[in-house]
Order: sequence, then C-alpha cells, then structure tokens
Amino acid sequence: MALEQIVITRKFGPGAEEEMILNMGPQHPSTHGVINFIVHADGEVMKKAVPEVGYLHRSIEKIGELVTFSGFMPYTDRVDYVAAMFANEGYAVAVEKLLGVAPPARAQYLRAISCELNRIASHLVAVGTMAMDIGAVTPFPYALREREYVNDLIEALCGARLTYNYHRIGGVAFDLPPDWAPNCHRFLDHFDRILDEWDRLISLNEIFVRRLAGLAVIPGPMAIDYGLVGPNLRASGVDYDLRKVHPYGAYPDFEFKVPVGKGFAGKNRGGQVGDCYDRFYCRVLEMRESVSIVRQALHKIPEGEWMAKVPRKVKPPGGEAQSRVESARGEMAYYVVSDGGEKAARVRVRTGSFMAMGIIEDLSPGLMIADLVALIASLDVVAPEIDR
Amino acid sequence: MPALSPEQIHQKLTQQFGEAIGPLCAPQKDPFCTFAPSRLLEICRTLKTDPELAFDFLQDLTATDHPKENQIRIVYHFYSYTHRHMLVAKCELDRASPEVDSVEVVWKAANWLEREVFDLFGVSFTGHGDLRRILLPDDWVGHPLRKDYQEAGGYQGISNVRDNTLNLYLDADRLMAEEKSKQAPPVPEKAPEAKAES
Repeated sequence: MALEQIVITRKFGPGAEEEMILNMGPQHPSTHGVINFIVHADGEVMKKAVPEVGYLHRSIEKIGELVTFSGFMPYTDRVDYVAAMFANEGYAVAVEKLLGVAPPARAQYLRAISCELNRIASHLVAVGTMAMDIGAVTPFPYALREREYVNDLIEALCGARLTYNYHRIGGVAFDLPPDWAPNCHRFLDHFDRILDEWDRLISLNEIFVRRLAGLAVIPGPMAIDYGLVGPNLRASGVDYDLRKVHPYGAYPDFEFKVPVGKGFAGKNRGGQVGDCYDRFYCRVLEMRESVSIVRQALHKIPEGEWMAKVPRKVKPPGGEAQSRVESARGEMAYYVVSDGGEKAARVRVRTGSFMAMGIIEDLSPGLMIADLVALIASLDVVAPEIDR
Repeated sequence: MPALSPEQIHQKLTQQFGEAIGPLCAPQKDPFCTFAPSRLLEICRTLKTDPELAFDFLQDLTATDHPKENQIRIVYHFYSYTHRHMLVAKCELDRASPEVDSVEVVWKAANWLEREVFDLFGVSFTGHGDLRRILLPDDWVGHPLRKDYQEAGGYQGISNVRDNTLNLYLDADRLMAEEKSKQAPPVPEKAPEAKAES
C-alpha cells in the first residue's frame, strides 16, 4: 500500500489533491453496528477517517446509579452483547470486592467455563465477519454454525443465548445441568477439528493472508499509548494477558499459552508485527487456548456450593473498587463507587472497543478506503460496547 | 525493577512534589491519592518518564460528581506494563467551573476518555486538541452524569414519554362496551318463522 500511496502523491502532488468527504455508516454492513465514519478521501486514498460514535448510547452508567446493585446485573449484558459473560463477571467481581465476599471455588470454575465458551463464540464472530468484510463470504456461515453449538451449550447452562445474566454477586445463578459436561466435551473434540478446518479454509489461504499482511500496522508502543487492550494489544507484540499477569478467579489453576503477534503472515509476504493478519490470527490461536482451558476446568471442577452467602439486599460499605477482567475484547474494567446506600454512587465501564476506536483516526491517513474496512474488522469493535 | 506498592509510589511522589500530592486514602478497597490540579501535567510527565514508575498506560480516566462537597473529581487509573503496578489518583475540581489540564500530550488514550468526561460531566480540559461531545449529539443540553441533571423531556420535539400501552386496550374495552350498550338488543321475533321455512 505504501508504494501506491507514494505513486499517487508523486503523480498529483500535495497541491493537486481534491478532497472528497464520504459518509460511511451509520447503517453500513461492515462497520459492525451503528457507527459513522466521516472519510476524507482523495480518490481511493484516505486523508483521514473520523469515527462518529454514540448512536447506541443507552446511558448504562447512569442506569447503574438508578437501580440497585443486584438489579444492575441484567443491564451489564447489554454493554457487550457478543460477549456478555465478561460484562457480567466484571461487575460481579467489582461489587464482591466492595462487599468483601469471595465466591466459592465451584462458582469460580463455572465462571471460567462460561467465560471461555463465550470467548470462543465472540472470536468466531470476530474472525468470521472479518473474513466476510474482506470479501471471503464462505467462512462466515462456518463460523456462525459453530457459534450456534456454543450458544446451545450456554443456553443449557443459563437459559439464554445472548444476554446471559448468569453471573451473580457472590457466584453464579445455576449449577451445571446433568449431562452438560459430556456434551461440552463432545463439542470441544468436534471444535478441535473445526479449528484445523478453519485454518485450511481461511487462515492459511494465500489470497487472504496477502491481503492482510503488513496492513495497518500498530507497533507495540503505539498500541500501549492509545490504550489498546486484549488481542489487539497482544497482536502488536506486547505479551500481556490479565489472566496470566494478574490471575483472578480460577485462572491460576489453568495452564495455557498467551498468543502474541510475531508477523504470522511471514516476511516474504510482507507480514509485520501488529498488522491486520496478526490481529486475526491471534484470535484464532486464542480459541485453541480457550478450548484447552474449558477442558481443564471440566476435569478439575470441585464439588460444592455455587453461591456465596450474600444478603438479599446488597448494601456494600462506602468505598470504591475497580475490577479488571480479560474480556474477549480485552481488559474490561468496572469502577464502582458506593456511598453505603442500596444504589451505587457511580458505575463506570471501561471497555476495549472504545479505546480501539480512538486509534482509527490517527491510523487511517494513507490507507485505502477498502483497508479501513479491514482495519475496523481486525480491531473487532462492537458498537454497543463503544457507546454503552 | 520490581513492582512498587501504592505506598512506595506515593512516598516517591511526595518526595518530589511535596504538597501537590495529597495523603494516600486507604480506608477504601483501592487506595488513591489526590493530585493538585495546577501541577497535574508536571506530575503525569514524571509518572510516565521516571524509570522506576514508568506508567506507560492510562488505563482509565473518568469522573465522579459530589454536589455536597461542590466538587467534581477526575479519577485517573495508571498502569505500568513495564513493572506491572498500578496507581489511582484524583483531581478535585470546582463544580461550578471544572477545568483541568489535558493529559493527552502524555498519553494519547486520554483523547477519547477526556472527550467522554467533557460530554457527560461538562469538565473542560485545557490543551485538548479536539474537545467536543462524543456520545451525545452536539446540540444536547446538560451533562447527564451530573447528579442534578434533569431530563429535558424530549429531544428536538421528539417526546421521550408515552402513555402506558395498556391504556390503549383499556380504552378499546370501554369503547366497545359503550357501543354494545348503545345497540338495542336483537329481537328474536322472526326466529320461529325462519325455522319453519327451513
């Protein structure tokens, strides 16, 4: 891309450019929700793309101040409806920290199992839509087909397929249903083969790899400066995973690797650390790790209670706490302030997508318009998580 | 270099900046200290560049509203990927005209976070390059996350209030009952005749 850009600049010169302003969105199939981009372009090359967000703002943080502590749990689902388990968990952990309650061991394991299954489902959507946005339509139904199996499992666990409301302050809502573990094992064995198939289908597809190699490179220091988190940060070569560095819940008990970007596309194809292909492939590798974590958790899960003794009316003492969990879209932090009442004085959700959107304006100059689609898809932004 | 505890970080900062750093409050779950707003930028630069602190990640920037104390407090969460330690700091601002230096020049992540605080709390950040509303429309009135925010009752003539949908059905029931009572009851005079015909 850089060469084409140089050619265009040399051909027309800096003074001869004509700027065209395009509205991409808010209703656009490849913006992953209701997001508007105001693209300043000269022909196919962008001068900048300015994201305009807020179309899905539902004032979740204000609602947090208006309802009781336990009453806010269903609302957290709506923060990120593609990976709602993590939003549940983050809020539960923050209020538990305020209350000084620790969930029982079985609840911690159930949280890990549900979250990792949700991570698989969320990453399937991410990689599937990414392939589709680039133009490879076939892999998308393959990804969604597998996601349906995960949804079935989660539905059997908590009764919902999208907005789970499964985690509670002090534990989880339900224990494993009978026959759930063998079904889950069956799915995991099946999914191992599907991941190999996925690699053959799209991850190692030469056209796909070359399309994404060296595209929209985010170097490690830049990713940190802009506050990128999760797979986007790791793809830039920063080896940082909250589950590993500051383990919470049941994660200290599991062995897993943290996939870090290292130019997976290969030098001969122009692959660099932190390009779009790294962000894509890190997610594929993370699904393999999640499969391994769910297996270990199902083997090691202890017997016992799945809810701690929490009063019916949750009234934490005054104070403030922040919880950090590794969501599918990176570090999700809930900052909860209590003044001793039944309702929180302030609930703040720090999400990965919001920060990922902030980098687009500064990353877009010089990219082609078609590359913007690849960049948005590779950052895996989800509109409700940006706007909350 | 090892990770520092909040106490060690606080001690180090107090040595350097003296009274600009408030005492470390730790009755809460997460200890935090206050920064004097006038020296915020200077302190933040040190936080990032000092090799022992090396806070390279602005994890979160938000605010809390305290009408009783007449304050808006900006809450900063700093994290260091190098040393893996964390610091929470607050800046206490006057609620009537909250204004503080932007830390966008130190961490680029502050750009969008400060725009959000500007949008929802009405805090203006001096030196911010692009300070405009981010989540709400540009012509929105008020700052919703302030405690005394009153809903305007609509936006651009579009009401955000509606009747209870059930009222519609109740009205329909009432109307139907009225209709029925108006109609005279059918007179079954010719019924036997019809029966005879068939």
